[in-house]
Amino acid sequence: MVKKKTTTIKVDYLARVEGEGALYIKIKDNRVKDVKLKIFEPPRFFEAFLRERKFSEAPDITARICGICPIAYQMSSAHAIEDAFGIKVDGQLRALRRLIYCGEWIESHTLHIYMLHAPDFLGYDDAIRMAKDFPKIVERGLQLKKTGNALISFLGGRAVHPINVRVGGFYKVPTKAELRSLAEPLKWAREAALETVRWVSKFPFPDFMQDYEYVSLSHPEEYPFNEGRLISNKGLDIAVRDFDRHFEEEHVAHSNALHCTIKGRGAYFMGPLARYNLNFKKLSPLAQEAAKESGLSDVCTNPFQSIIVRSVEVLYVCDEALRLIDQYEMPDRPAVSVEPRAGTGYGCTEAPRGSLFHRYKLDEKGMILDAKIVPPTSQNQKTIENDLRHFVPKYIQLPADKLQWQCEQAIRNYDPCISCATHFLKLEIERT
Amino acid sequence: MNVKPLVIGIGNPYRSDDRAGLIVLEKLKAQNLIDIELMEAMGEGAVLIDIWKDREHVIVVDAVDSGARPGTVYRFDVRQERIPSKFFRYSTHAFSLAEAVELARSLERLPERLIVFGIEGKNFKAGTSVSPEISRAAEEVADRILRDIRAYVPER
Repeated sequence: MVKKKTTTIKVDYLARVEGEGALYIKIKDNRVKDVKLKIFEPPRFFEAFLRERKFSEAPDITARICGICPIAYQMSSAHAIEDAFGIKVDGQLRALRRLIYCGEWIESHTLHIYMLHAPDFLGYDDAIRMAKDFPKIVERGLQLKKTGNALISFLGGRAVHPINVRVGGFYKVPTKAELRSLAEPLKWAREAALETVRWVSKFPFPDFMQDYEYVSLSHPEEYPFNEGRLISNKGLDIAVRDFDRHFEEEHVAHSNALHCTIKGRGAYFMGPLARYNLNFKKLSPLAQEAAKESGLSDVCTNPFQSIIVRSVEVLYVCDEALRLIDQYEMPDRPAVSVEPRAGTGYGCTEAPRGSLFHRYKLDEKGMILDAKIVPPTSQNQKTIENDLRHFVPKYIQLPADKLQWQCEQAIRNYDPCISCATHFLKLEIERT
Repeated sequence: MNVKPLVIGIGNPYRSDDRAGLIVLEKLKAQNLIDIELMEAMGEGAVLIDIWKDREHVIVVDAVDSGARPGTVYRFDVRQERIPSKFFRYSTHAFSLAEAVELARSLERLPERLIVFGIEGKNFKAGTSVSPEISRAAEEVADRILRDIRAYVPER
């Protein structure tokens, strides 16, 4: 006779609000029968909220979707609206946008590496316990993160919800001397980022990979932030404005979020690993060298090693920020002139955790008629579920708390943004 | 070391009752207090540690979701007590206020005096309206913050 047993484990600390999100795994006779990632998505609310608002409000309103990647929302919305109006932002204004994005990558990646993901690898419940054994390392993480924060406060006007970004450019731009003041802390940050790559590359990594389709922006000359075509390792190569023709969102019964797939092919993988695999040659020599030194080749297929790739990206953006500061000349005006016109605009930029797509339909006065926002976490959702479906069987004999730990670590490979796409309530493992 | 008392209000204005901390800030701002500094934050822990590390006297207000009656007000003197783990775990990012407090304690980066006020929210869904219990509680917390600041005499 088979003894039936159901175990339910609640993971509260990934949670926020009951009923909004959960990970559910069903195990029957020691086989994984089902994996469901339930996600709550504030962007859906924001889409409705944006309707009948003026185009100029979109960057500031969408920046509120996420406390950790406001710049990504500002950038994707500004680019989408500029696309609709036929405006091109280039030269030093374009460079400043790239620079502020560097700040966000430093901040967001460093938080994830040091405070959220590293404790998983080193066997700590959280960064607080890790800090007791490794205070200097945690201090380094905080200081590194602060460098990114300082860059955003400086260019964005303030640290919380930067308000200096607008359609067409900025409200105010720095002088050359002002910008130079950021160079010294960034030089320190570049060294700290190098140390970070070395530190995380020594972590123990589970042997795991799948046949993924990696998707990211790709630009002929640079590692992608604000511009480029959406490409993949399986033949996708499209302009951002063709997003809707190649990607589709499907309703799934277990989640009030939409699952995004590539038409005819299914799940895909976004974020640092995808960017790295599709754009390795565009990294600075220093970042490429550090990646090689850490044992990575120019393609990394183990999602657990995303923590190394994330660290390589931090190193790259420190390097890139210093380059941008070095070549900076103050532009003669903080923004190009903006003339609204009716139309639909598309924007896609690389948020720290993957491509963030925005689409706006505007009338001739620049009023938003319709908005669509597809955050990277909902695009990765199906891939996260697929990973767990393959990953859990390897650890199925583990006690529930250990299995839960492994699952959280696997989910964190994708740095899911709980602000903009997910609010995990609990992990439920049902064994029968 | 900056000795001016700093009040940090945490919240997302688009998550209904989550804006409780911001409402408290608005109420204090309306009084034009020149001897108190006010600051808005989203609740991301590492930023908080950075903000308060050079301060002597910091007061933080955030919405909480502990299962109590909506509008319930909590007060923690962080130097004297730990924040129970059921509080403040639900910030807009995984590394929230409670974690920031404990990490700062581990790293000896707590301000001389750190008071945390929590306001029990009812509705954290996406939206801009605030439950009446929470508005009333915000009024009470703004008053208590001022009394707290006036009553504090630093040990020197």
